[in-house]
Amino acid sequence: MSAPLDADAAISVRGLVKTYGGRNAVDGLDLDIRRGEIFALLGPNGAGKTTTVEVLEGYRSRDAGQVAVLGVDPATGGRRWRADIGIVLQSGAGDSQLTCLELLTAQAAYYPDPRDPAEVLELVGLTEKSRARGRSLSGGQRRRLDVALGIVGKPALLFLDEPTTGFDPEARRQFWALIRSLRELGTTMLLTTHYLDEAEELADRVGVITAGRLVEVAVPAELGGRGTAPAVVSWTEDGRRRTEATQTPTALVAELASRFPGEVPDLAVARPTLEDVYLQMIGQTA
Amino acid sequence: MTAPTTRLPALARVFRVRAGVELKEFFRQRESVVFTLMFPVILLVVFGAVLDYQIGQGVTFTQYFMAGVIAAGILGASLQNMAIGIATERSDGTLKHLAGTPMPKAAYFVGKIAQVVVVTLVTIVILLVVGVVLYGIDLPSGAQWLTFAWVAVLGSAACTLLGIAVSSLAKNGRSASATVTPFALVLQFISGVFFRFDQIPEWMQTIAAVFPLKWMAQGLRSVFLPDALAVQEPAGSWELGRVALVLLAWVVVGLLLCVRTFRWRDRADG
Repeated sequence: MSAPLDADAAISVRGLVKTYGGRNAVDGLDLDIRRGEIFALLGPNGAGKTTTVEVLEGYRSRDAGQVAVLGVDPATGGRRWRADIGIVLQSGAGDSQLTCLELLTAQAAYYPDPRDPAEVLELVGLTEKSRARGRSLSGGQRRRLDVALGIVGKPALLFLDEPTTGFDPEARRQFWALIRSLRELGTTMLLTTHYLDEAEELADRVGVITAGRLVEVAVPAELGGRGTAPAVVSWTEDGRRRTEATQTPTALVAELASRFPGEVPDLAVARPTLEDVYLQMIGQTA
Repeated sequence: MTAPTTRLPALARVFRVRAGVELKEFFRQRESVVFTLMFPVILLVVFGAVLDYQIGQGVTFTQYFMAGVIAAGILGASLQNMAIGIATERSDGTLKHLAGTPMPKAAYFVGKIAQVVVVTLVTIVILLVVGVVLYGIDLPSGAQWLTFAWVAVLGSAACTLLGIAVSSLAKNGRSASATVTPFALVLQFISGVFFRFDQIPEWMQTIAAVFPLKWMAQGLRSVFLPDALAVQEPAGSWELGRVALVLLAWVVVGLLLCVRTFRWRDRADG
């Protein structure tokens, strides 16, 4: 085992193992998430993402390793501990005949120091739907209700499991704004997502999990050596598309600028996207 | 971080909130209201009009049916309602969501019990009113009300616990409904709800005697029929002691099954 658990971290994990039918779904995972940060956990289906998160949420037991979530072992965390975490499940919070406001008011009653339900509805943009029944909402509205239910207890730590799956681009942008406003309120967030643009947009750091292990943790701009990867400069010359990978794109562009009389035709300078490096890390090609 | 001085909400308050949630969930859903609440009432109206004959001692079959239909109403409000409702909540993520909150687990069951109690009471009151107004049913008197009360309480406790246990067997609400509804219907046919129990083939009586419904109906017949008709019972008496024993046994069995089988998450969810 490596370093001891970080007692000050929002989440600290050492050597986590979870076995299903003789196979290690999570295979010695280490992780530290600081208080106040948004951490995105990326990884292909079956890599152990959801299993890891559900161990942290106290839904699943573990077979080995140490885990502290807000300083408490989730396996023994009681109501007191649950009061400090919020969970937005992939499956959502279920169907209901209750109105959004009623659902939030009931949920708030489980917590010692909840937010005002009406304010939470405002925050997620569902004020107009406060008297609409849960089951009558559209997919995107329902997801926002799920988030509202997750934050009404004023959690110090919020788990968001694929929160924007099925959103249209506009709904996703609205959702991102909501997450940023929660960050300003000091909420630590662990986000799992399949959308790399979402991770890049929101996360302070991203972690990539493959085959049950965390293979890298970095800020989105530096994941997979992205920060130091060569830039690809491309342009059109003599009717042909030319590309060149270089560590000094500025020099190359200056050289091109002097070579061509005016604009360099179809000039583009690209760095590897998060998606490029991610796909490389999980062993696929784009 | 939450200040250590903020206290978790009092249990009584959470219990009240859950009871409110469960009552709204039930009474706002048209299917559950029609299916659970109105079905026995419709049965009473139809059967009371169709099976209009005397069963002896100047007593009409409708008076006999009153006991059976109330027993069936209790079964619907408890066993069927719990089995289908909880299976639905398990498969749609409601239960998993609740398990992730600081809600005390007991509060969920308190809410369900509140739902069963209110739905059962409403069903019984409607059945009695319809019975009296449409068919001139003789209401119980004196100590019969006491028997009515304990049979209803024990019967609905047993069936509620069984319903909660059965919910864990189903894949989702729809499959729970597809299994439990026919089962309840068959049970009603062989337990002396629609026909006189003594006229049902003996082997069916034997099967029925395993389950609580037969005993609930029998106990309620002692409430709605004159004692002179007890000779029509297969045992020649109301057997109230045995009614209490069998229902109590089912309460114990149901409780054990619940404790052993209850799951907060869907089986497909691992």
